[in-house]
Amino acid sequence: MQRPTDDRLQIPLSALNQYAYCPRRCFLIHGEGEFRHNVHTVSGTLEHERVDRQAGESKAGVRVEYALPVWSDALGLSGRCDAVEFHPDGAIYPVEYKHGKRKQWDNDDLQLTAQALCLEEMTGKPVTRGAIFHQQSKRRREVAFDDNLRRAVKSTTVEVRALLSSARCPPPLSGIDARRCGECSLRGICQPALIGSDRKLEHLSQTLFEPEEELP
Amino acid sequence: MTVLQNTLYVTTPEAYLRLEGETVCVMVEQQKRLQVPLHHLGALVLFDHVMLSPALLGRCAEDGRSVVWLNRSGRFQARLEGPVNGNILLRQAQFRAAENANGALGLARAMVAGKLRNSRQVLMRGAREAKSDVDRDTMVKAARILATQIRKLPQAETLDTLRGFEGDAARLYFESLPAVMREPVREQFPFEARSRRPPRDAFNALISFLYALVLADCRSALETVGLDPQLGFLHAVRPGRPALALDLLEEFRAPLADRLALTLINRGQIQPGDFDCREGGAVLLNDKGRKTVITAYQERKQETLTHPLLQQDTPIGLLPHLQARLLARFLRQDVPAYVPYLQR
Ligand code: SF4
Repeated sequence: MQRPTDDRLQIPLSALNQYAYCPRRCFLIHGEGEFRHNVHTVSGTLEHERVDRQAGESKAGVRVEYALPVWSDALGLSGRCDAVEFHPDGAIYPVEYKHGKRKQWDNDDLQLTAQALCLEEMTGKPVTRGAIFHQQSKRRREVAFDDNLRRAVKSTTVEVRALLSSARCPPPLSGIDARRCGECSLRGICQPALIGSDRKLEHLSQTLFEPEEELP
Repeated sequence: MTVLQNTLYVTTPEAYLRLEGETVCVMVEQQKRLQVPLHHLGALVLFDHVMLSPALLGRCAEDGRSVVWLNRSGRFQARLEGPVNGNILLRQAQFRAAENANGALGLARAMVAGKLRNSRQVLMRGAREAKSDVDRDTMVKAARILATQIRKLPQAETLDTLRGFEGDAARLYFESLPAVMREPVREQFPFEARSRRPPRDAFNALISFLYALVLADCRSALETVGLDPQLGFLHAVRPGRPALALDLLEEFRAPLADRLALTLINRGQIQPGDFDCREGGAVLLNDKGRKTVITAYQERKQETLTHPLLQQDTPIGLLPHLQARLLARFLRQDVPAYVPYLQR
């Protein structure tokens, strides 16, 4: 087994989620340290909600751990689970809380699967299912950790590590993916329109020393 | 960042600002004169002897809200700095770029081009609105020479040559600026050349003060983005000098300050009575004048225009932030070029 002190870049679980949503967003947050403030704000909000939840959720025999630190030395991943249920039959069941309404991108599933892989490595027990809890609809959506998702976690971790080690910020999303910019909290920092206009930028830069002739 | 937060300017001497819940209260002689929600404020700019409560100071440091103290004439005195923000990789890139002579020269050229092109726009617009042929000719002629100077910029192979070109062009620009003033007010604001520290006529006092306001905004923009405002490309590094903020200021002098100064004069919003002449020849805006200018500047910042790169309406006050962001992205090699803001 790899020692936890190996000097591979440790990847935060949330980085996988960010990456699946938008590599540039992942880099801005984890590679450039932007937005720390707001990220904290979000976890602060979660803390509140956790307290609200606690009461209603002690179902018969189920023990729930909130904000549980988890890690995988094999993958070089670490982070926290919003909640992990330990059922009387031995089942371990991670639950991730999301603000948004419905799942729109599969990034949440990826993050949850990564948590499962961590929990498996930590406990030596299989973790086969978990759930995403959507605050708005107050609904749980169950996720089965199939081979596809597990493979995706592994390959994404490798990609994220390469990205964060490269120190190069990826370009903004384009095409149909650019729809995601609309609800991205980093839009102001990212400035997708400003940065994405490379052609215009190059044109302006080439004509910078050529003021237009037309005089009144 | 996407929303343009306001800057709170406090010019009342002996005012005391304190934190009350999530708001800032401006107290004058124990009386509450103003109460503003903190989240509306991106920066506080304080003139003269304005005091801040420790709680407010701490809160501003924590939130990264800039607090700047200026003296009466708008000269920088001090600023609050919270924990070092922004990222070290960006600052490393900035330092590398500054050490690379070619890279620095390229950036400096772009900045000078921005300055001269925007200066030229002021003259062209003046020419379009000119009431007399003589004035129009003066401005058109100057604009032509400026265009020649701009085309010459790529030939400048050292920073000194570049600064030389810039100096010549700036002199020419200022010489022709009185032509942009309306005939009746021209006599009230005799203006021959740029004078600073101290300004020696009313127009110089007015633009100096506006430059100081824009400079404070450029500085906060750079700090917000995580760039070091002291390490410039066009302006040489000197202790205590915000060289990069001065670099960024160049492209905004004409559109944000000069043009506003001319508008204020042409519309009679600023008059000779708004200035104090000091023994020996220095001229400074007085209290009333400063208030008028600050109000006008604030209003100007809320106006929107179409950004040449974004193709969308952008509040004028956000322009320094966008440029700082673009500069940071260029230094991180995220975009292929740095292009200054070009006023239409
Ligand atoms: S604004 Fe768009 S491109 Fe930028 S980080 Fe967000 S999703 Fe990615």
